[in-house]
Amino acid sequence: MELVAPLKYSMQIPEVTLLLFALLTGIAFGIFLEKAGFGNARKLVQQFYFTDMRMFKVLFSAIVTAMVGIYWLSYLGWLDITQIYINGTYIWPQVIGGIVFGFGFVMCGLCPGTSCVAVFTGKLDALAVFAGIFTGLILFAEVEPHLAGFISYSSIGDISLYEVFNMEYGMLTFLIILVALAAFWFAGRVEERYSRKTS
Amino acid sequence: MKIKQAYPYWNPYIVGVGIGLLIILSFVVTGRGLGAIGAFNGVMASLVHAIAPEYALSKAAFSGYLSGVDHPLRDWVVIEIAGVCVGGLISGVVSGRFKFEVIKGPGISKVTRLLFAFSGGLLMAFAAKFTRGCTSGLALSGGSVLSPGAWLFMISVFIGGYSVAFLMRKLWN
Repeated sequence: MELVAPLKYSMQIPEVTLLLFALLTGIAFGIFLEKAGFGNARKLVQQFYFTDMRMFKVLFSAIVTAMVGIYWLSYLGWLDITQIYINGTYIWPQVIGGIVFGFGFVMCGLCPGTSCVAVFTGKLDALAVFAGIFTGLILFAEVEPHLAGFISYSSIGDISLYEVFNMEYGMLTFLIILVALAAFWFAGRVEERYSRKTS
Repeated sequence: MKIKQAYPYWNPYIVGVGIGLLIILSFVVTGRGLGAIGAFNGVMASLVHAIAPEYALSKAAFSGYLSGVDHPLRDWVVIEIAGVCVGGLISGVVSGRFKFEVIKGPGISKVTRLLFAFSGGLLMAFAAKFTRGCTSGLALSGGSVLSPGAWLFMISVFIGGYSVAFLMRKLWN
């Protein structure tokens, strides 16, 4: 029997089942984020003071794990990569937006996902983050017509990084693993150095 | 006197591999990864719609979430984030870390902390509209499927963060 993922399409999973799956996935995600220490803004933001690089470590080990898994599933023909959602690329909006997002991140110490974990573990500062996010969305709705040009500027479509570099999918995956391993080693060294300084 | 100790945090690499496996599972089942800011968009659109329906429908940022046949809260990301809240609560309680408090550095007042938290949230929400995603939906999930925009976003977040970290150090340390 040919059963190729995403199962949503090949098994025609009903919407209610998918929503239940969403809830369970979210619960697991929430537990992981809390157990990583990301419900605590001061812990999370230490990334930017070199004293605790766990934000980088979690983010990159998650990406590398998922990237390798998705590559192999696709290579073996078990996952149809043309049917999965790949975020579209808009060069300048994502670069400028990313920098501003980084400012916001250090100011509040949380990101939208981790702010949920913080609120639900009693952290009152995260309620202010919620209020800020909601206010930001209202403000955006107001000014959107004036920004429409920039928002859709420099789109290169839904292409993949290996197409940009004109590389084999597997080769780029392998190179990213090497870079990640070097970066993990480096992160450990930086932490060691800066925590010794502060203690 | 013995102070109740919270359980230690998990090793970040174990958490990372766990989240990575969760992303794989999510792509295999639904064809998409995890997300976060999308849920705020959905909740906000339905809130504004409940208070001022005409206003909500007149704004492109909200009307997109209201045009479907389903209620905007009957949505994959909204339910997933509801799960994140439940998971965070369970883990926080079980690990002895659930506590009503304001997390901040020792040198600033609570009011300062809350003002910066509010402003930071505002900037992130605004920025996520330009980037079309946040750390979960774009960096994590998009990064895993090698979206060039996701990698650009990730690098930019670190550049932005490190460039203001020194200015903001009093908030935290």
